[in-house]
Amino acid sequence: MALTREDSPLFAGTAAGTLRLLFYLALALVLMVLDHRNGWIWRVRYAAAVVVEPVYRLAGLPAAGVRALSVAFADRKLLTEQNQRLREDLLLANAKLNRMAAVAEQNQRLKELLDTQRSLDLNVQLARVVGVDLGADRHRILLSLGTHNGVKVGQPVIDAHGVMGQVVETLPATSVVMLVTDPSHAVPVTIERTGLRTIAYGARDGDRLTLPTIPLAADVEVGDRLLTSGLGGRFPPGFPVGVVSAVGPAASGMFMEAQAQPSADIHRSDDVLLLHDLAEPAGPPAPVAPMGPPTDLAPRPGEPAPAASAPPPAAGGAR
Amino acid sequence: MNRQRLGLLWFLGTLAASLLAMLVPLPELLEPFKPYWPALVLLYWALESGDRVSLGLAFAMGLASDLLSGVLLGEQAIRLCALVFIALRFRSRLRFFTMWQQTLAVLALLVNDRILLTIVRLFAGDPLPPPSWWISPFVGAALWPFLFLLLDDLRMRLRIQ
Repeated sequence: MALTREDSPLFAGTAAGTLRLLFYLALALVLMVLDHRNGWIWRVRYAAAVVVEPVYRLAGLPAAGVRALSVAFADRKLLTEQNQRLREDLLLANAKLNRMAAVAEQNQRLKELLDTQRSLDLNVQLARVVGVDLGADRHRILLSLGTHNGVKVGQPVIDAHGVMGQVVETLPATSVVMLVTDPSHAVPVTIERTGLRTIAYGARDGDRLTLPTIPLAADVEVGDRLLTSGLGGRFPPGFPVGVVSAVGPAASGMFMEAQAQPSADIHRSDDVLLLHDLAEPAGPPAPVAPMGPPTDLAPRPGEPAPAASAPPPAAGGAR
Repeated sequence: MNRQRLGLLWFLGTLAASLLAMLVPLPELLEPFKPYWPALVLLYWALESGDRVSLGLAFAMGLASDLLSGVLLGEQAIRLCALVFIALRFRSRLRFFTMWQQTLAVLALLVNDRILLTIVRLFAGDPLPPPSWWISPFVGAALWPFLFLLLDDLRMRLRIQ
């Protein structure tokens, strides 16, 4: 009797079932195209954040638990060693900072003389990475700060070693970061040793960066450090991005192509920094405000200003 | 009545748990080995209580997991719909398969699912995925007998239809 049921035929399907499948497939296709074309569905996600975010917190619990357990059960020796290493790092960093402070101050003064606005101060916000898997090969991480904490799309994210990526999507209390290793991500960089400007894309295979458009005559070596160049107006200049690990001719023969390892600890970072001061906007500077004496000094129409009448005799006397 | 409600709760609970399992990260090395949990659990229910699982449910669950994982809306919906459709159509035969035959069938379904996903990703403009991309269906199929027996055993214990 059960075998004659309509939804479970033994050998042949029914036309109704196929029609239903076609309907759902078409619906899914339409949704995908709409989402891909204009991305209005992030609004749906934003509205659904009330449901989505607690699920993220829940799914992040095992990772947080493992981290807590590893700290709780780490043996004393390991912790002592780690502590010692951190202490040394801190000492070294402090020593370097002390030496840099004078240089930074001098730099600031020279910059003021040159009338540039760039400053070496960092305006950052500490964010915690939520351990959630957003899909295989997605090159995304989830941060525990969102629009309620002032996070905006486009903010650069760094860790202690270098640039990690940028915020691509914000929910009320979480935000999604696209890593620099994502194939659809690009950072304008300069090579520290030579000052050559180029662009670092995420590699298509593995967690690396690729620089496919280096001129054939350019001087690039394995071990060269890449810094953000600040062009493009997204990443401020001077942050480490990666280290060149291989250089060779590109498949087209028109350029050299280099591979680089990202400097940032892309997989292991627990805490990251969100940069708040964005790079200088690209393009010409804003028009300068009209110069001249303040408007309240100007003579009002109809009433002779005493200040305006006083100077001419003085000027005449000097002549 | 109470038994029925418990059954429904258990059904929805396993589906929700599979969505959570999809989001829980694995250590870096194990990442490519992660099976597609929602598909496995949905497949189990499609085989064991086919009148509960419908294409609409698969679609809704796909949308929910799209929303959670932040991929293109409809991507997992299309995958789960195709999977459940095939499973429901061959349900009567799949149920009478021995375990290893069933495992092979699940492997075929999961590989098909990966192919579908690759096509969708390619259309969306993503690059071709690395070879490790194809490991996950095999892990899923290898886990299938254990998942099936575990869920079946729990279902028997709870005396759920």
